[in-house]
Amino acid sequence: MDAGVLAQYVFNGVMLGVIYAMVAVGFTLFFGVLDVIQFAHGDVVMAGAFVGLATYVALHVLGVAAPAVVVFAVACAAGLGMALVGAVIARWLILPLRAAPAFNTLLVTLMLGSILRELVRLFYPNGSNPQPFPRLLPSASVNLGHFTLRLDTTILIIAGLVMIVAVNLVVRRTRLGLAIRAVAQDSETARVMGIDFERVVLVTFAIGSALAGFAGVVYGLYYNEVNFDIGLLLGVIGFSAAVVGGLGSIYGAILGGFLFAALQTVGSVALPVSSAYNNVFAFAVVIVLMTWKPTGLIAERASERV
Amino acid sequence: MQRYLSFACALVLACATLLAPGADAKETVKIVFIGPLTGGNAALGLGGRNSADLAVQLHNADAKAKYTFDLVKYDDQCKPDIGVQVATKAGADSSIIAGITHYCSAVAIATVDTYHKFGLPVIVWGAVLPAITYGNDYPEIHRVNGTMINQNEVNAKLVTGLGYKTWVIIHDTTDYGKGHDEYFTKYLTQDGGKVLADFGVGADQQDFTAILTKVKELNPDVVYFGGLTPIGVRLRSQMDKLGIKSQFEGTSGIVSDSYIQALGPLAEGTIAFIDGAPIEKLPGGKFFLEQYAAHKYAEPPEAYGAYAFVAANLVMDTIEKVGPNRKAVTAALAATKDYPSIVGPVTFDAHGQNIVPIVTAYVVQDGKWVVWQDSDYAKGKRKLAGGK
Repeated sequence: MDAGVLAQYVFNGVMLGVIYAMVAVGFTLFFGVLDVIQFAHGDVVMAGAFVGLATYVALHVLGVAAPAVVVFAVACAAGLGMALVGAVIARWLILPLRAAPAFNTLLVTLMLGSILRELVRLFYPNGSNPQPFPRLLPSASVNLGHFTLRLDTTILIIAGLVMIVAVNLVVRRTRLGLAIRAVAQDSETARVMGIDFERVVLVTFAIGSALAGFAGVVYGLYYNEVNFDIGLLLGVIGFSAAVVGGLGSIYGAILGGFLFAALQTVGSVALPVSSAYNNVFAFAVVIVLMTWKPTGLIAERASERV
Repeated sequence: MQRYLSFACALVLACATLLAPGADAKETVKIVFIGPLTGGNAALGLGGRNSADLAVQLHNADAKAKYTFDLVKYDDQCKPDIGVQVATKAGADSSIIAGITHYCSAVAIATVDTYHKFGLPVIVWGAVLPAITYGNDYPEIHRVNGTMINQNEVNAKLVTGLGYKTWVIIHDTTDYGKGHDEYFTKYLTQDGGKVLADFGVGADQQDFTAILTKVKELNPDVVYFGGLTPIGVRLRSQMDKLGIKSQFEGTSGIVSDSYIQALGPLAEGTIAFIDGAPIEKLPGGKFFLEQYAAHKYAEPPEAYGAYAFVAANLVMDTIEKVGPNRKAVTAALAATKDYPSIVGPVTFDAHGQNIVPIVTAYVVQDGKWVVWQDSDYAKGKRKLAGGK
């Protein structure tokens, strides 16, 4: 295989990996801090994409046309909007169910996912059809043999990586991050030490969901199309990525995201069967990996959670 | 207030009807329209629904008609399982006499057994898979539009004639996509074209970058897509992202206004085919388009609206002739010969398939599907990919 083609596969794979990692990081943050699995997370990604799209439409009506301003506003609206949604989910759904079996949280968030999906389908104008997402980034490209380097995709990859790194830095380097890690390690002791437990949980959910909102916008800008049901598969992939990487570890989630994207690409390219089966292949490998390393590739150590 | 007013009006009307000597109320007959009203192919389904509705309204306005028709509308979402559900619902409702059914081939082929079981005569208005009529001996199944066999034959002839040599075929893995793959490959090979590779993709797949990278390496003259609008849009858009310069061509499955709306300037130069003559050029086409415009539907009739209109008219005219009885309608439909319609005379063969001799090639030019022969591309004023 020629180097240009290989580079193209890697480039596409990295783009997918960034989207998956952004989703997986949310799963891992929530699990780390509260030991819950927020199954509506994929639909939060979808909601983020639609909030971004609605913002674009609103700006378009208002006559704001400068692409840089529009992109910034779209991303901010999606991020902030989903941060709020995340905090609301934590405050009114996750925290009240803390004493109940973990099973209940799982079910409730699963239901919430359907509600979010159906709300967009019913109330976004023409919501059951795929919506074209505007091309807001410069589309310049350089051809290097068989490899086409697109400026817009490059910007999306960099932006996604920057956001993941930023979240990681917040968790590792700030006082807030210290509080998050303390709660993750032992919430009782953290409370005794004077950490406002509820606030930390809300902020963690806000951060993870904001990242999901950004992921939705990245998804829309990359595919130039969003649909009300994209969250379902994204959620399952993000969750699998987080589990394979090791639930509770941010690095694990990132690794898992890129691994899943690589598996999908290999599944489409190297298998003799139709590329319609690339997800079957990727999930099959995930199952094998999970039997081999049940706690994930980067196994959680109690002292290093989140 | 409005409600009371209309109630009062209805009351007055009812009294007038009762009192008026000899003005006996017409019997109301239910017929059903089924198509994709939501989902990625909704634009075509809504166009078909409006066109069938237009036929019913025009018929009901005719004072000489024996029956008043009530059009029941069901959504198959372009999904075979949902299609079978609504087909069962229609079949089990004995007040429904006949159906105008399905745009999506995968749904139409899944439902033929259901219609046969319930003895509900239907006319397919948009699905092009040959097996829908030719794969069974069910007398209930008819079709006014042509099949994918003819369109792929014409397709292969036209594009090889333009001087293209190599193809990559991408098709969805439903019966519809596989059918296109089969017939196009057959005719293309006959006409001397070479298929470099053949890829099947999922009907709801989002990411095609991996297989398109492979396509880029193969560097074919043309990428042929056998499938429907949503994936056609994604493929064309992702081809551009990967810098693939090959000519893009599709089937009747992508001839829709929503293909152009979603892609904008990227749609320019896409070639696709439809069985039947272009509606504007048909004797009754002008009448149909005028009436459609006059009824102010929110959505355009799209590529197969005219066929839904014809199917609805044929159903209603047959019921007028033999009465609202499923068996009688089935028998009468089988005998349809040279039925005058806006898409030309309709004649069903032994399988209930209309013999449509014409296939029309289209190309996207300046944001519109233009008949190939009238386009700047055919006249040489503009060039397709590869300078053809």
